[in-house]
Amino acid sequence: MQILMLLLFIALPVLLSWPLGSFMTAVMNPSLNSSDGSLAILLRKTGGSILQREQDWKGYLISMLFFNAIMFGAVILMLALQQMLPLNPDGKGPLEASLIFNTAASFVTNTNLQHYAGEVSMSYFSQLFALTWLQFVSAATGISCFTALARSLAGSTLVGNFYRDLLRSTLFILLPLSIVVALLLVAGGVPMTFEGAAAAKTLEGAIQTIARGPVAAMVAIKQLGTNGGGFFGPNSTHPCENPSFLTNYIECISIPLIAMATVWMFGRITGRMRHAAVIFSVMLLLLILKSGIALNLESAPAMAFKGLPIESVSNLEGKELRFGPSGTAAMWAAVTTATSNGSVNCMHDSLNPLTGLVPLAGMWLNVIFGGVGVGFINMFIFIIVGVFICGMMVGRTPEYCARKVETHEMKLALLALLVHPLLILVGTALFASTSWGAGTVLNKGAHGFSEILYEFSSAAANNGSGFEGLGDGTVPWNVATGLVMLLGRFIPIILPLAIAGSMAAKKPVPETTGTLRIDTPLFAVVILGSVLLIGALLFMPVAVLGPVADYLSTSLQ
Amino acid sequence: MMNNLNSINPESVQESLPGKKERRRARNASIFEGSLVSAAIVQSFRMLNPVIMAKNPVMFITEVGAVLTTAITVYDLSLNKPGLIYNLAVLIVLWVTVLFSNFAESLAEARGKAQADSLKRTRQNTAANKFRDGKVTQVNSDELKEGDFVVVSVGELIPGDGEVVEGVAMVDESAITGESAPVVRDAGGDRSGVVGGTRVISDRIIVKITVAAGNSFLDRMIALVEGAVRQKTPNELALTVTLAGLTLAFLMVTGTLWPIGRYFGITLSVPTLVALLVCLIPTTIGALLSAIGLAGMDRALSANVLAKSGKAVELAGDIDTLLLDKTGTITMGNRQATSFIPLNDVDSRYLARVAMESSFSDETPEGRSIVILGESILESETPPETSTAEVIPFSAQTRLSGLDFPDGRKLRKGSSDAVKKYILDQGGTIPGELQAIVDVVSRKGMTPLVVADGNRALGVIELSDVLKPGITDRFKRLRSMGLRVVMVTGDNPLTAAEIARQSGVDDFIAEAKPEDKLLYIRTEQQKGRLVAMMGDGTNDAPALAQADIGVAMNSGTQAAKEAGNMVDLDSDPTKLIEIIEIGKQLLMTRGALTTFSIANDVAKYFAIIPAMFLLAIPGLRVLNIMQLSTPGSAILAALIFNAIIIPMLIPIAIKGVKYRPLGAEALLRKNLLVYGVGGVLVPFVGIKLIDMMLSITGLF
Repeated sequence: MQILMLLLFIALPVLLSWPLGSFMTAVMNPSLNSSDGSLAILLRKTGGSILQREQDWKGYLISMLFFNAIMFGAVILMLALQQMLPLNPDGKGPLEASLIFNTAASFVTNTNLQHYAGEVSMSYFSQLFALTWLQFVSAATGISCFTALARSLAGSTLVGNFYRDLLRSTLFILLPLSIVVALLLVAGGVPMTFEGAAAAKTLEGAIQTIARGPVAAMVAIKQLGTNGGGFFGPNSTHPCENPSFLTNYIECISIPLIAMATVWMFGRITGRMRHAAVIFSVMLLLLILKSGIALNLESAPAMAFKGLPIESVSNLEGKELRFGPSGTAAMWAAVTTATSNGSVNCMHDSLNPLTGLVPLAGMWLNVIFGGVGVGFINMFIFIIVGVFICGMMVGRTPEYCARKVETHEMKLALLALLVHPLLILVGTALFASTSWGAGTVLNKGAHGFSEILYEFSSAAANNGSGFEGLGDGTVPWNVATGLVMLLGRFIPIILPLAIAGSMAAKKPVPETTGTLRIDTPLFAVVILGSVLLIGALLFMPVAVLGPVADYLSTSLQ
Repeated sequence: MMNNLNSINPESVQESLPGKKERRRARNASIFEGSLVSAAIVQSFRMLNPVIMAKNPVMFITEVGAVLTTAITVYDLSLNKPGLIYNLAVLIVLWVTVLFSNFAESLAEARGKAQADSLKRTRQNTAANKFRDGKVTQVNSDELKEGDFVVVSVGELIPGDGEVVEGVAMVDESAITGESAPVVRDAGGDRSGVVGGTRVISDRIIVKITVAAGNSFLDRMIALVEGAVRQKTPNELALTVTLAGLTLAFLMVTGTLWPIGRYFGITLSVPTLVALLVCLIPTTIGALLSAIGLAGMDRALSANVLAKSGKAVELAGDIDTLLLDKTGTITMGNRQATSFIPLNDVDSRYLARVAMESSFSDETPEGRSIVILGESILESETPPETSTAEVIPFSAQTRLSGLDFPDGRKLRKGSSDAVKKYILDQGGTIPGELQAIVDVVSRKGMTPLVVADGNRALGVIELSDVLKPGITDRFKRLRSMGLRVVMVTGDNPLTAAEIARQSGVDDFIAEAKPEDKLLYIRTEQQKGRLVAMMGDGTNDAPALAQADIGVAMNSGTQAAKEAGNMVDLDSDPTKLIEIIEIGKQLLMTRGALTTFSIANDVAKYFAIIPAMFLLAIPGLRVLNIMQLSTPGSAILAALIFNAIIIPMLIPIAIKGVKYRPLGAEALLRKNLLVYGVGGVLVPFVGIKLIDMMLSITGLF
């Protein structure tokens, strides 16, 4: 059963990622001399002459930051003024300032940590033109920066044009895919309407207000663009976001699809398909491991059932039974935190304590396919560190993609490596030791600690899922996670691109049998080792104090 | 011949003489030799000075932790708080960790000093006969300046590095090279370079001092191995940055545990947090990093190679292309004349006579072998009279030699194209069959020398050369390491191709003139390859300067030595291979110990984390998979393991990890298995053992 589940939910996106990778390469990197195809011609002409200017990595990053800053500002304005703007049939009122900051930061960083419930607070205008819009362009920002990284590592010092890449990835990748998924979801029963909430008369004769709106469009891009921010507060547990087993399946396999395809795209752009396959297999192995553990742990009953006659059932607390067995929730929890998606189809707070470690571990590593584009960018840092240490062991100055890895690159790589644990650990420590966090947890002890830890991990990893059980709608939470999201998004994009840029400027080194091979199973071991040893070691103490202690203290009771 | 045989295996090079023998002994002596150890211990305390420690971020943090723990222990003592023994134990182990690190570096330095001392002995002040305006004045050698001239006679020491400008002498260089046979040094040629501290054993020469006292190659090398002018090499710097980054990361991990502990109602003791921090940060590699670098320089010196910088030794590991001279490196180098092949209309005895005549003044083994062969053919015939003739010496440019008689008769022998050009210049013609003979000889892998009398070609001398035993295997291994071997030879392309095929080199430069080498190096470098070469003559200097690793032979000219970035005291052309291995081993040792250091953290976590939080979360005892007796002993055991692993790994740091000439994939697999997997497993055993011993004491 569990193996079938793994196959069902992982094999299909893996298969689809291959053709999608080719398609994305053709769209993002149309070969200039291809005489065939109107698509290639169309792509070359996209955006006119301004967008044809090739940028180096610095120019590219400046454009990226500029664009994102403008979007950030614009969305803050839209949210602040939503009560005056159109498409507000239910008359949603103004939002609190720190929530506006948090929400804008959350969506501009592809995180979609939601400290609000969409159906309560957001107008349709805000949902569509502020949030869904950012879901597209934040995902496109990730894909674009990733493409620039790949071009850099392919050896070119000019890495493309940010605006052109943004346009291409939005128009030709995200939009068509979203339309396909949205149509499938509509067919599956997800609403797509501009009408206000419906009023229904229940069997008991009471009047129930059923929130609805342009849901399918937002759900499609939230899944595909590893955004995770749902139309409704309960995200994909809500029947209008995710009505059935089938929609659940479609949504779940949409999560890792583009992130998987980017790995193949990397292979095509750099001409190193075997290397891409090695990275893909490491990510896939970690995903299977993570999903397998989650499936296994969730098949055990909740602790509350211990000793009771119903102890034989799997953990059903916080799960939607219309999706099928509890494994569908475990599977989703694993995939949504492997990638930086963060949408949920069950209550993560109700997962068995050790299962709770699975999403956390995914967010700590943040390289198991990861967010669209940025997952690979994060992996690049681990590759550089692994290459540096293991490259020395073959007796040469370490090299990656035919470029030497030296002091400057290592300086930047270590900085990039430090940002993620810094944001999580310092944030958690600050909030756990003060009333800002300790006063907002619903549970005491290890479980409450996990709730704080999860919130910061989710923000730093730009994941956006919530462990919940946390009163996170406060000003300190809004401001802190907002800052963490912004830092956790842009620093890990800027530094790797700077590394790749500095490598591209170097003279290529010929590859011989004395060179560290990056396309062998042994190199997969190297990457796996550096991800697990360096990535995991940093979070081992908090893992023990949170979920592990939670498990141990409940199981010993 | 025996020397050439031996030089294939550097370990078996003659060891009969004091200088080298001493250095070899210094290298092979047990690493913890008494006198060195005591010097190193004293030095390790001196290095506790935080200004010195700050250069090594990992150990600096450890020292700060030790100071902090000491302060807290004293403070706690004043308040009569419990836990004194535990705090005291942590404090001692922390300081010992810092001292072990200092000891590793001091020991490597002391070994370098011991090496340097034996070299320095040749540098002692000697009297010098300064020669100026025809007058000789006695001065001290350390007063000599660049450009001074000195006269050195039989039995005297040469006072400084320089070039012979007048005279010929036999020089005993054994003090530097360990080679017993004296060498000839004469003015003008490629053998004009002399080294200070060597002894003239015949004749009298005038030497122009080219390097001021205290500034010579040797002085620089001595400073390098002593650690006096040590600069971090590029890779060492990159690794230091990496280790500093990891240290910062673990500082964050442990630093945040204190406030997090408060959430759980635990106040973690600072000594315990410092213990965790010091266990997690890569102290093992941090402590041994300097020692590894110093030991690399030391190994180069043991191989009798003087490097201008540590960077050069490190760079040697990256070499892609190796330019090797055929003669003496690939072949035995003493080519023997095996037959004379006359043209159709030439009497074979006439050819033999001319070949002999043109070789009388040729003192090379080839020249002598031609005379011997000639004598065996001509038997009793009286040898021709050549004393009145002018000798035209061989040069790399003209590639021919011969005699000009006073009566206008000119004899020439040399490479076929050079002699052919000579004949044409003299107004002669080239008979068609000459090329056929030359080709036949060449295809056999032998060297044809064409003999001419005036503008008339007489025939061909066939010189045969023998590959050095084991050279093909050696090239095979070099190729598996990813190196391209290029043979450089003055032979014609056909001969070169045949020798290249037999020996298995990747490419060859035939009929090589010095500028061909330079051109070849530039082309290789344009492809991104790093090139190493060895040379001796002045005309090698541009190529030596262009090459990424240019090793000048000690016997070579000063110009060559200045152009290169290393000098081989043995003047052994196979030394390049050894240099590359030293460079590779240096990097491998760093990588292996870094991996080991990081892998160790897994076991340390399992020892410390349950121990730290056991009181608040009793369930954590299941994580105590090593069954360590008490929290105190668990933390101490991890910390003690972390400290004693440093001296235990000093031998690996100093000798270098075992190097085998394998491809990258095989090397990585082996090292990952030993230092990665081993690094995860070893501390589990070590910590358990230490814990058992600690619990026996009953204190913890």
